[in-house]
Amino acid sequence: MTPTDYLAATLLVAGALFFLAGTVGLLRFPDVYTRLHALTKADNVGLGLMVTGLALQAESWAVVGKLLLIWWLVLLAGASVSYLIASGALRRGIRPWRR
Amino acid sequence: MATLTLLQSAFDILLGAALLWLAWRALNCPDLFKAIVLFVAFGLLMALAWVRLEAPDVALAEAAIGAGLTGALLMAALARLRAMTPDEEDSAKRLPLRWLPLAALLLVATGLSYVVLTLPPEAAGLGAEVATHLNSSGVDNPVTAVLLNFRGYDTLLEMVVLLLALLGVWSLGGPPLRRKAAPGPVLDTLARLLAPLLILVAAYLLWVGGHAPGGAFQAGSVLAAAAVLLLLAGWRLPVALTALPLRLTLVAGPGIFVALAVGTLLLEGQLLQYPPAQAGVLILLLEAVATLSIGVTLAALFLGGHPQNDNNDQNNKEQR
Amino acid sequence: MNTAVPYALVGVGLFALGFYALIVHAHLLRKILALNVMGSGVFLLLVALARRSGVALPDVVPQAMVITGIVVAISATALALTLMLRLAAASGRAELPDGRED
Repeated sequence: MTPTDYLAATLLVAGALFFLAGTVGLLRFPDVYTRLHALTKADNVGLGLMVTGLALQAESWAVVGKLLLIWWLVLLAGASVSYLIASGALRRGIRPWRR
Repeated sequence: MATLTLLQSAFDILLGAALLWLAWRALNCPDLFKAIVLFVAFGLLMALAWVRLEAPDVALAEAAIGAGLTGALLMAALARLRAMTPDEEDSAKRLPLRWLPLAALLLVATGLSYVVLTLPPEAAGLGAEVATHLNSSGVDNPVTAVLLNFRGYDTLLEMVVLLLALLGVWSLGGPPLRRKAAPGPVLDTLARLLAPLLILVAAYLLWVGGHAPGGAFQAGSVLAAAAVLLLLAGWRLPVALTALPLRLTLVAGPGIFVALAVGTLLLEGQLLQYPPAQAGVLILLLEAVATLSIGVTLAALFLGGHPQNDNNDQNNKEQR
Repeated sequence: MNTAVPYALVGVGLFALGFYALIVHAHLLRKILALNVMGSGVFLLLVALARRSGVALPDVVPQAMVITGIVVAISATALALTLMLRLAAASGRAELPDGRED
């Protein structure tokens, strides 16, 4: 394995840890708003790390472009959809959780 | 390598268990909305299973159609159902004597599993057959070759099925999906940003289908996704386009297929048997038109009733 | 035993689960979901069985048929959902009359 491979593997594992944290948050947080927070934050960073890791091993720049496009699409969709879910939940009268 | 194989087996078993569990939950949790969400998650995991089975074309189709568009259809239908019958939920009314079908199906499942496990290990498939004729098919992706060349009649009839389903939906009538007064700036921006990009992705999938996973169905469903997003954000076709132009687009796919089938029958003597020299071009042309028709048909299925029935729909794209 | 056999068994399981739900549940939306799950089970079984010999060349004909099947499934689902909505509009219930008075 070359140093690039080690770096890529580290990035992939770090990304997976972010996904794990996001999933734990999704399961453990008390209400829809905090769950959305856990999900979007963790998954966006996690996916970013994974995309970087995979881009290091990509065979061509076209593949890197596609990976970045996937990341950008997920960022865009994740942010917009969680806004829509949260505003929908507010409209239905779901109150944010307070301790 | 042994560790890797072990990890892969563990992943396969985990994925299989997750599939069964999600299906069980989707079919039995009391809230229908939750059931649909679980079903979409089930579809996404199915896409993963297709990747594990080395069927990336199927994975793309499953993610776009099986999970995405089917989920959108189910959600839209549930919203309309709740608007119609607000108090009725899944009334937990179940069959008495539930153990009877349960026992019968356990028997069926055991029998089927026994058959699966005792089948000879060598599958008598057509893989080698396809590989030998791939050169004369005009494309390099074997799945596209089967769909558009070797078994093109399947795809021809499938286009007809899509059209028939839409005719059924239109004939059963009902108003098309009502649109919200204001979609809000976020949804509107999202639709404006994503729609052109999705059209680009659809064109790419169409083009790449010749030599890599992709093709008319995947491209068509991405196109339909763009249309669904626009519909959700409140965009509608101009009234002038909902009559003849829409119908022409819908029948263009099956139409060109039938024309090509008749043409090849007369010239080559066999249904959908392309001359190898022109096969590549013909398939690309066929796929391009089919993509457009599939996309528009799927979007029309999502919209529900015929767009011309939407009397109170006065704003259209031009006026926005 | 290779990768494909567990997936074939999962396909059998999905088929049985879907069939059971189709019989047991009264709500039509649930029945439509059940039919889709049954379809997924059949697709999985079809592709997994073609894959089981584990040779270098996977048989793509079942894969192409499954892609066709997925598109046919969504067409049928859309038609079934519209029928369900019509029935609900006409009778006020999204369930089939079962002949029993209850």
